[in-house]
Amino acid sequence: MRDVAIVSFAQSNAASEVRSEVEILQPVAAEAVKNSGLARTEIDFTCSGSSDWLQGQPFAFVMALDAVGSWPPIKESHVEQDGAWALYEAWVKIQTGEVESALVYSFGKTSPGDIAQVQALQLDPYCVTPLWPDLDSLSAIQARACLEVGVVTERAMAEVVSRSLRDARDNPHAVRKGDHSVDDLLERPFQVSPLRELDCPANSDGATAMVIVAGDRAKQLCDRPVWIRGFDHRIDPPALGTRDLTRIPSAKLAAEKAGAHRDKLDFAEVTAPYSHQELLLRREMGLADDLSVNPSGGSLATHTLMSCGLNRIGDAAMRIAAGKGDRALAHAGQGPCLQQNLAVVLEGE
Amino acid sequence: MAERCAVIGVGQTKYDATRYDVSMPGLLREAAIRALEDAELTWNDIDAIVIGKAPDMFEGMMYPENYLSDALGATGKPLLRVHTAGSVGGSTANVAFSLISSGIHDRVLTIAWEKQSESNAMWALTLSPPFSVAVVAGAGGFFAPLVRTYMRRSGAPEDTGILVALKDRKNALKNPYAHLQMPNVTYEEIRDSFMLWDPIRYLESCPSSDGACAMIVAKEDLAGKTPRKPAWVLGSSMRSEPVQFAKRDAVNPMAGRQAAKDLYQQAGIDDPRKQIDCIECYVPFSWFEPMWMETMGFADEGEGWKLTHDGTTALDGARPVNMSGGVLSSNAIGASGMCRYAEAVNQVRGEAGEHQVDGAKISLGHAYGGGSQYFSMALFGADKP
Repeated sequence: MRDVAIVSFAQSNAASEVRSEVEILQPVAAEAVKNSGLARTEIDFTCSGSSDWLQGQPFAFVMALDAVGSWPPIKESHVEQDGAWALYEAWVKIQTGEVESALVYSFGKTSPGDIAQVQALQLDPYCVTPLWPDLDSLSAIQARACLEVGVVTERAMAEVVSRSLRDARDNPHAVRKGDHSVDDLLERPFQVSPLRELDCPANSDGATAMVIVAGDRAKQLCDRPVWIRGFDHRIDPPALGTRDLTRIPSAKLAAEKAGAHRDKLDFAEVTAPYSHQELLLRREMGLADDLSVNPSGGSLATHTLMSCGLNRIGDAAMRIAAGKGDRALAHAGQGPCLQQNLAVVLEGE
Repeated sequence: MAERCAVIGVGQTKYDATRYDVSMPGLLREAAIRALEDAELTWNDIDAIVIGKAPDMFEGMMYPENYLSDALGATGKPLLRVHTAGSVGGSTANVAFSLISSGIHDRVLTIAWEKQSESNAMWALTLSPPFSVAVVAGAGGFFAPLVRTYMRRSGAPEDTGILVALKDRKNALKNPYAHLQMPNVTYEEIRDSFMLWDPIRYLESCPSSDGACAMIVAKEDLAGKTPRKPAWVLGSSMRSEPVQFAKRDAVNPMAGRQAAKDLYQQAGIDDPRKQIDCIECYVPFSWFEPMWMETMGFADEGEGWKLTHDGTTALDGARPVNMSGGVLSSNAIGASGMCRYAEAVNQVRGEAGEHQVDGAKISLGHAYGGGSQYFSMALFGADKP
């Protein structure tokens, strides 16, 4: 495998944006390109992740081409997935030897609609979607199953929320943050039992952009390149009745294949939109109880659908680049109850 | 040098306006199982899946591949979902080629599909987004002015589009998978069909289809072990350009010209007119055949129409185009790009049935999308490069 490094990352997240997706994205992409030290035309490949449904029109990603610069014409691709999978496609493209660098970006704006409801569209269209089960409710079913087998407790979930929102105070991009005691959180009413409001994602509007570069060029471009040492993604079956919702085999497998435990991890950034999912992912991906997870605050502090996975990877990379750790696992998850999972292992130079 | 890569299996569904007989998973399995059978492989032999389709609104689902994952044998495997507008069927295959040529995987299933009958493409294409002008005209309304511009610039005879449609509709009669089968089609019938988006007539337009197309891609040493001939990937390219930009020429887009140039360079093609035996390209409205012939360098600018009139692009011509009947005969939108590749692949494998071009050694598959701004192409060879 070729050595590929994350050399720059930029993000924008807000609870509710008046700007269009293209307007949100343009400065973020420009910042990532500027901080990479490369001119836009020096970046060989471009790949993005987004969902048409959020923008309410087909080919929603087409207009984004105007925001990121595509003249003269560019080598470009798009996945209808979280930007983390766009990063994977770009990394694969560099592995072929055809290109040396890539701009990866993603964006999502969910504030105009009821995103938990919209996500019912990803379920079995013949038998399940017509019942319109919203994602909060499906996640509550998963949380309940986890409580019943003892993988999590309500107190442990509240501890995740308390810690995440406290850590988020240091994250200027977090849209939800604060100091809440566990006891105080447990006093609050359920949104969808056993989930309380703060157990659910802090939905936000935003965009992320990242530049990755192969080999020695990366070393020339930045003081501390953050190397991608392992990269894998896997999927579980769709039927919620088929899956054991207290297990996430695809997350376990992706972390193993990415080589997460070949060496000591300093911290992890995982996509856990619901508090119980962090605990579940810790178990499945073999993360020690005392390992720092989501120092950014994670999805409980900022959750821009389609962009949150790339956001976690970018947050982890920037943390390493700043010298706050040498080796991290970053994770992206999508689909109902984390059906599809991606793991990337990052190491500082 | 990257790993060599070959297509070792191809599977397609019967294309039709409404496939009442299958669900979405059933439709995809039909194509995927045929591809596995063609390569004499099983689901267990597949390392990863790359799936593509056009907008999710065409079925009214949000990222349907998550729902389709176990139908495609993807449990516990990597599954990537590509979406690059109309070019997606080509791009999806290109991503699968990258997974092999990078050395990451040994065998990849790639599949592209659309089940337009699940929703309404015309609705999906004419939504009124905030802050933008709604066209309310579908794809034809967008492309008709480009065709008119091409006619004005080139001075092409008015009936060029009719001749292309007649050729492709006759080619489709030799392709059992083709959606539109018009055994008695005539020049007059096409000429007299009603004007949909002037200058595009009804019978010069593609249908809306349900269908899926799948291919199995493998690395070099596994490609040598297949029961039927592999098609070697000689090159693959993608280019995109912005839709709203005063400098761009939407009739002969620079992205298309650059993608073709890149492709020929990768494959060591000096003269595409002499070295490429047949072409399967994305022609949703008949006039796009002469337009793409120019973009890809098979004719000088303004002269692409001559290849239609002198019979060069006919099935028995010097350089046949759209032997399968093309997009004009079957258009499961997301699949259409991969169908082009699949036909090009089968031509160099000698597996194209009644629409086989004798002795085809090098073939080109082409797809485009968006406002003529996304291009995906690949070249396939009968002989290992």
